[in-house]
Amino acid sequence: MADIATHDTDHATDHGHHSSTGLSNNKLAMWLFLGSECLLFGGLISTYMLYRGRVQNGPHPSQIYDIPFTSVSSFVLLMSSLTMVLAVSSAQRKDDNKTNLWLLITALLGATFIGGQVYEFTAFYREGLGFTTSLFGSSFYSLTGFHGVHVSIGVIMLLSLRGIIKKGKITGDKAEVVELIGLYWHFVDIVWIIIFTLVYLIPS
Amino acid sequence: MTTVTETHEDAHEHGMSDAGYVKIAIILALITGLEVSTYYVDFGPLFMPALLIMMVVKFVMVVSYFMHLKFDSKIFSFLFYVGLGLALFVYITALATFKFFIA
Repeated sequence: MADIATHDTDHATDHGHHSSTGLSNNKLAMWLFLGSECLLFGGLISTYMLYRGRVQNGPHPSQIYDIPFTSVSSFVLLMSSLTMVLAVSSAQRKDDNKTNLWLLITALLGATFIGGQVYEFTAFYREGLGFTTSLFGSSFYSLTGFHGVHVSIGVIMLLSLRGIIKKGKITGDKAEVVELIGLYWHFVDIVWIIIFTLVYLIPS
Repeated sequence: MTTVTETHEDAHEHGMSDAGYVKIAIILALITGLEVSTYYVDFGPLFMPALLIMMVVKFVMVVSYFMHLKFDSKIFSFLFYVGLGLALFVYITALATFKFFIA
């Protein structure tokens, strides 16, 4: 019995706390958070879809969107999902070197996407689309801006995680921590999959 | 506690090999290429349905394979898809409100 108790304590230390379902509380909380994030982006996408045709002043969507450029950005973000899942896979094999490498590549791809978004916003502004120019402008910048903030937070989390792993400061299950950050990163990617189609490819 | 241990270890064993993830990424890249091609090629009446289907396929592939929802507990799927369903409900309600009551 004492052995079992010791084993339980060791396991809790290694893998974090688990709920009565046998599932990790951290993972449950992350999925609940992602479910609530669906509502946030659902509201923003709804607003954009309603207002994208309302252009009293300034350029129309079809006049300013640069589809080839945004396609490359989308591809970069999509590939960052691959590098992220490879980081999770490496973490599960307890291969710290590869985990750190894939995390760094994912962060760099995310930063590239953000760079592209900054360039795009700057180009749109120079073409006359400000935040308050039209309802289209407001809803477009709100939606893509919120997404950009999420990607930026993801990049910060990836780089922080890399630093924490290097310093060996993760006390619980390392693979689960990488997986949790990975879930957030993939969520950011699937939101962009929707934005790319509904905002950029389907004309108003 | 054995159950917990087994459940957790099973989760680690689930998922795919690295080669499997690369294959999924190649399929996603090809679908993205097809999506972008709709900007250059006229797909006629198939344009909108094709784009929406490709979007849903990409979404489901990332969620199922990269986020491991296909291999993980159904509780996670429930939490996520309820949120997604509510988001769709918000969109449809907002659209209907503006279409039928305000406009």
